[in-house]
Amino acid sequence: MNEDEPFIRFDWIVSNAEEIGQRLGEHVLMVVASVVIGFVISFGLAMVARRYPQTYGSILGVAGTIYAIPSLALFVLLIPLTGLSVTTGIVALVLYTLLILFRNIVTALEGVPPDVIEAANGMGYGAGQRFWRVELPIAMPIIVAGLRIATVTTIGLVTITTFIGLGGLGYLIINSGTRRFFPTSIYVGVLLCVLLAVLADLALLWLQRRLTPWAQAREP
Amino acid sequence: MDLFGEGIAWLADPGNWTDPRNGILLRLWEHVSLSASSLLVAGLIALPMGLWIGHTGRGATAVIAIANIGRAVPSVGWLGIVFPLTLALFGRGGLGFLPSLIALVALAIPPMVTNTYAGLREVDRDLVEAGRGMGMREMEILRHIEVPVALPVILAGIRVSAVQTVATATLASIVGGGTLGEFIVQGIFVRALDRVVGAAILVAALAILTELTFSFIQRRAISPGLSGGREWSPMDPGQVGRTTTD
Repeated sequence: MNEDEPFIRFDWIVSNAEEIGQRLGEHVLMVVASVVIGFVISFGLAMVARRYPQTYGSILGVAGTIYAIPSLALFVLLIPLTGLSVTTGIVALVLYTLLILFRNIVTALEGVPPDVIEAANGMGYGAGQRFWRVELPIAMPIIVAGLRIATVTTIGLVTITTFIGLGGLGYLIINSGTRRFFPTSIYVGVLLCVLLAVLADLALLWLQRRLTPWAQAREP
Repeated sequence: MDLFGEGIAWLADPGNWTDPRNGILLRLWEHVSLSASSLLVAGLIALPMGLWIGHTGRGATAVIAIANIGRAVPSVGWLGIVFPLTLALFGRGGLGFLPSLIALVALAIPPMVTNTYAGLREVDRDLVEAGRGMGMREMEILRHIEVPVALPVILAGIRVSAVQTVATATLASIVGGGTLGEFIVQGIFVRALDRVVGAAILVAALAILTELTFSFIQRRAISPGLSGGREWSPMDPGQVGRTTTD
């Protein structure tokens, strides 16, 4: 690094605003795709685990083991299967969301008080109707809590995809920042990551409040 | 193209292990020593902090702030934040081990603080009051009541930090810290994918081994009086406190 290189060069930010925006867009896109796909798969797995409780432990074990694999290693280990592509990035990111989402969905549904289920039965709800209209809404706060953790986690993990040639804010932090000893790019990338994480968290919190208006009184 | 086979072949070649300048043994040593020292330093900072906040109940806002920062800053972000600073302060000495250590310490602190705090807060207040009634001093209450009861949750925090540290040490190579990540990062750069895949297998194995070791310690360390213990819920900070895996 040049001795005189300042930590932040605002002129660089201004003249590269377009690229910064593009990297931010790539980042958001990968996060959204991974969390949405991860949620759908986790929801399916949670349904399986509810139906066949003996599968819960094995699903959790596999998801937990995957979760322990460092992201850079997982991305690389997927290269033989899916190449240096966006698919590789998304598959790995989806795999990481499974542990948090699956576990939270199962626990949330198990946390529905039995007397509520009794009451729903007494009111003549069928199993399907009871699930969608009673159990799921009650489970929503814990499910969304899982979604918040998974989303913030994924926002951080996407940065690593730059090692396998994908963009995102990791490109600013690593490729044009650390590799070229250029602090401005690093700090812009990190700052945008943090802002993105905070915004996503607040947005999901807002969503949760909208979905569970009756819980307002109890929410801190 | 069988990259897995090539990766394993790369691992099987003894010459790749013993090269004194860029061998697997050297990188493995860098990886383990960097992870261990980071975890040690982080523990020396985070555990007393968590114990103090948990015992006194003061500073809960700080804990939430630490947890949120820990969650929002990506792991590679810490390396990026730290190394221009160390470079400006220490010149060439600001590359390699030092910025990696500082970044990994910053990353390892939040799970340990939040879990230690949460573990202590969960201890039944009646137990603490009973201790006080028996004339125990504050330190004794901490040592003989709170810590033993909270130990599984505290150890879960250490486990989370340990796995995360071993995982993120892989990235230290971007600031000259070496480690097994060196093979991956440089290998991708020069398209030597046998090295990349071989090192990735090693890194994954090392992380899983760390997870298993600390889970084992965690299970062994539960006080006999508690071993009938409850299952942790997924919302338990010990389970969800982990933020990133890299």
